[in-house]
Amino acid sequence: MLTLNVNGKLHQVDVEPDMPLLWVLRDHLGLPGTKYGCGVGVCGSCTVQVDGAAVRSCAMPASAAAGRKVVTIEGLGKGGVHRLQQAWIEHEVPQCGYCQTGMIMSAAALLEKKPDPTDAEIDQALSNLCRCGSYSRVREAIHAVAGQPPSADAAKKG
Amino acid sequence: MKIGRREFLKASVALGGGLALEFSFPLAARAGAGLPPVEVNAWVVIHPDDRVVVRIARSEMGQGTYTALAQLVAEELDCDWARVSSEFASPNEHIRRKRIWGSMSTGGSQGVRSSQDYVRRAGAAARVMLINAAAARWKVPAAECAAERGVISHGPSRRRLRYGEVAAEAAKLEPPKDVVLRDPKDWKIAGKPMHRFDIPDKVMGKPVFAVDVVLPGMLHASLAQCPVFGGRLKSVDAATAEKMRGVKKVVREADFVAVIADSWWRADQALKALKIEWDAGANGGASTASIMAMLRDGLADPKLPQARKLGDAGAALAAAAKVIEAEYSSPYLNHATMEPQTCTAWLKPEGFLEVWTATQNGEASLAAAAETAGLPPEKVEVHKMMLGGGFGRRGGPQDFVRQGVMIAKAMPGTPVKMMWSRAEDMQHGFYRPASVVRMKAGVDAAGNLVALQTRIACPSILKVLMPDALNKEGIDFSAVRTFSDMPYTVPHQQVDYAMRNGHVPVGFWRAPGQQNAFYRECFIDELAIAAGRDPLEYRLAMLKPGDKNRLVLEAAAKAAGWGTPLPAGVHRGLAVADGFGSFAAMVAEVSVSARGEVKVRRIVVAIDSGYVVNPDTCRAQAESNVVFGLGSILYQENTVKDGRITESNFHDFRLPQMSEMPRVETLLVPSGGFWGGHGEPAILPLTPAVCNAIFAATGKRIRSLPLTHHDLSRA
Ligand code: FES
Ligand code: FES
Repeated sequence: MLTLNVNGKLHQVDVEPDMPLLWVLRDHLGLPGTKYGCGVGVCGSCTVQVDGAAVRSCAMPASAAAGRKVVTIEGLGKGGVHRLQQAWIEHEVPQCGYCQTGMIMSAAALLEKKPDPTDAEIDQALSNLCRCGSYSRVREAIHAVAGQPPSADAAKKG
Repeated sequence: MKIGRREFLKASVALGGGLALEFSFPLAARAGAGLPPVEVNAWVVIHPDDRVVVRIARSEMGQGTYTALAQLVAEELDCDWARVSSEFASPNEHIRRKRIWGSMSTGGSQGVRSSQDYVRRAGAAARVMLINAAAARWKVPAAECAAERGVISHGPSRRRLRYGEVAAEAAKLEPPKDVVLRDPKDWKIAGKPMHRFDIPDKVMGKPVFAVDVVLPGMLHASLAQCPVFGGRLKSVDAATAEKMRGVKKVVREADFVAVIADSWWRADQALKALKIEWDAGANGGASTASIMAMLRDGLADPKLPQARKLGDAGAALAAAAKVIEAEYSSPYLNHATMEPQTCTAWLKPEGFLEVWTATQNGEASLAAAAETAGLPPEKVEVHKMMLGGGFGRRGGPQDFVRQGVMIAKAMPGTPVKMMWSRAEDMQHGFYRPASVVRMKAGVDAAGNLVALQTRIACPSILKVLMPDALNKEGIDFSAVRTFSDMPYTVPHQQVDYAMRNGHVPVGFWRAPGQQNAFYRECFIDELAIAAGRDPLEYRLAMLKPGDKNRLVLEAAAKAAGWGTPLPAGVHRGLAVADGFGSFAAMVAEVSVSARGEVKVRRIVVAIDSGYVVNPDTCRAQAESNVVFGLGSILYQENTVKDGRITESNFHDFRLPQMSEMPRVETLLVPSGGFWGGHGEPAILPLTPAVCNAIFAATGKRIRSLPLTHHDLSRA
């Protein structure tokens, strides 16, 4: 049994310690917003936050997440719509949308560290892959919220 | 063909009810305030509280059809856009109602252009029926009534009724025989950058994709297919795998093995523990080199069918002042949709099969599922999920649906969600065909092109996926396009087609035949340079006045400042091509570092699609095409060794990243009078525009891709 803190809730999960966090979230905790894209840490579709840092959940064994704070796309807005999600909607960022939850989780982690990132900083922090080519809109949406105080998080209820 | 409302409601409940699914659609199955929604016609469902639900038969993979078609219906219906939503039409109902929604196929940039006429008529017909119903209730002539934004008014008496109040009566009326459609210049909802309906759920991480399906008692499956196309399963030792945690069953089929378990990871771990022996069959020795040799051999065939013959190219070449020749080629390319192929199937005890999948053609999925299950189509339902990318992978081939159903048959009564691993997805695609093309140009003393002879060796997509679509000489249009329909006024043209198929499955990869635009537009550039002429002027001289290729070329060149000075180290290239109903021209600005690294900095693309239903979505599609094509220029290829695809994941089949994204400026220049697509056209001029710019930068002519095979460094 592992105890995981996901989106502020404690969960007891009976899984192998080496099961990647991605699959615990998707198949055992009913949180499908985190996506499988490559399974080898390359694409970023599976990005979540662990203790505030962007982590590729396909490459983190569940046991390594135990005792740490995991936040997924479902918990990012703390029950509401996170300002990044709002910006993503306003800027029509997603195309197919499959990579976008990972993209948003990476962007959220970036903004925690760098509230007003430059293009180069965005490029560096967001190595997530998007087959549909939403990149310019991802940048636009990040710039649109950058500089806003973090208190704007979850201000707009969904 | 209409079904009664009662039957419709029953169908909705049967399809939408009783499942542990939390999708935000279908909406129509949920009655508002206890009162049922009313189907005014197959496309238009109106709730008593005036919400309008538009049924969409095409699929949504990010291209925006799910919203754009609703815009067209709502435009003609004249309702309040804020109260409109979409839902997918049910493939099962589609079959039972004699294909009432027309085509469900979503490819070829057809979603809007091939259904715009009938969906607009459906919206207009519903409006007329609503007006007639109100007029009947008021006992006044319908001609005295008008409808606007969801309200019908009777001028003389100033009475008003909302659509929701008369929908039930309207549904009982005869549909009008003919309707008048709005002139696009009067559009209020269509033609506007409306927000896409599917975006909020996607951004919130709601379970909208096929991989997100959860059903009661559902199990998961991962599979391994014979790595050599056409090979078979010889034997499987499952002793270890069967004992692994969560494993329920090992399924053995002719060319794949699947493990069913209680989570996907467990299924996949057990799959890796299987000892599988494959029989590679006849293709185990094939390689990229053997396939290229097969194609080149095709070029040498003296008796090839001709896809175009104008004048006498042979004689004109013999008489030409100068002959210029070149050979170009392209590799296989996988679609690599970000969501791997997925299918959930549930064979229910009562002999009904339900399937949830990401499909570009719900009807084709239904047919494949029914055939595999041995059930009549009426006993099958396909729930169309949002696609995590399509690009042509999920339409023609329904391999994933067949496999999903085969796996579910091994577990009757239990829903099983099958998802391919990335490696399976990379190695079992329906690839953009590899091809080799030889062009021979005869030019006059001034360098003008007078004769063009083109020989194309390329596997046929249609031969496998749509054999009826081959023409009577056996020519596949997708293999010869851009040459067989070239707009340049060259008096002598000949296009020969060598269909050489090989064993690698080929399919409709975004803008099928797009490699021909690379060949033609780079070769034209070679001719312009050889003649010492400007590539823009050289092309314009061969395009008739009024040709839309000419108009987009002029628009792109002007916006990009063609001919004006550039910052040091930046170089331009241009190209034009038409296809998928539209015309697209592009100017690329590129720099090449001393070490030979190519950076595409700016893309200016002009597109004439006749009409534009959602300009923001169209711009997004142009950006999408640029990135999609950019990967294929820079580093993507699928190579063959020992009969199998070598690449296995995104480390060896790279996708461009954020840092590689050029600035894309999209000019929508719709000239009216025709309906063109947007999902694909912008990729056509991309490769040649970029490669022509690379030539301008380096003097090196790129005749094969990807660029990883070329050394562009300045030694
Ligand atoms: S699925 Fe984790 S990085 Fe791709
Ligand atoms: S939006 Fe489709 S993969 Fe990014």
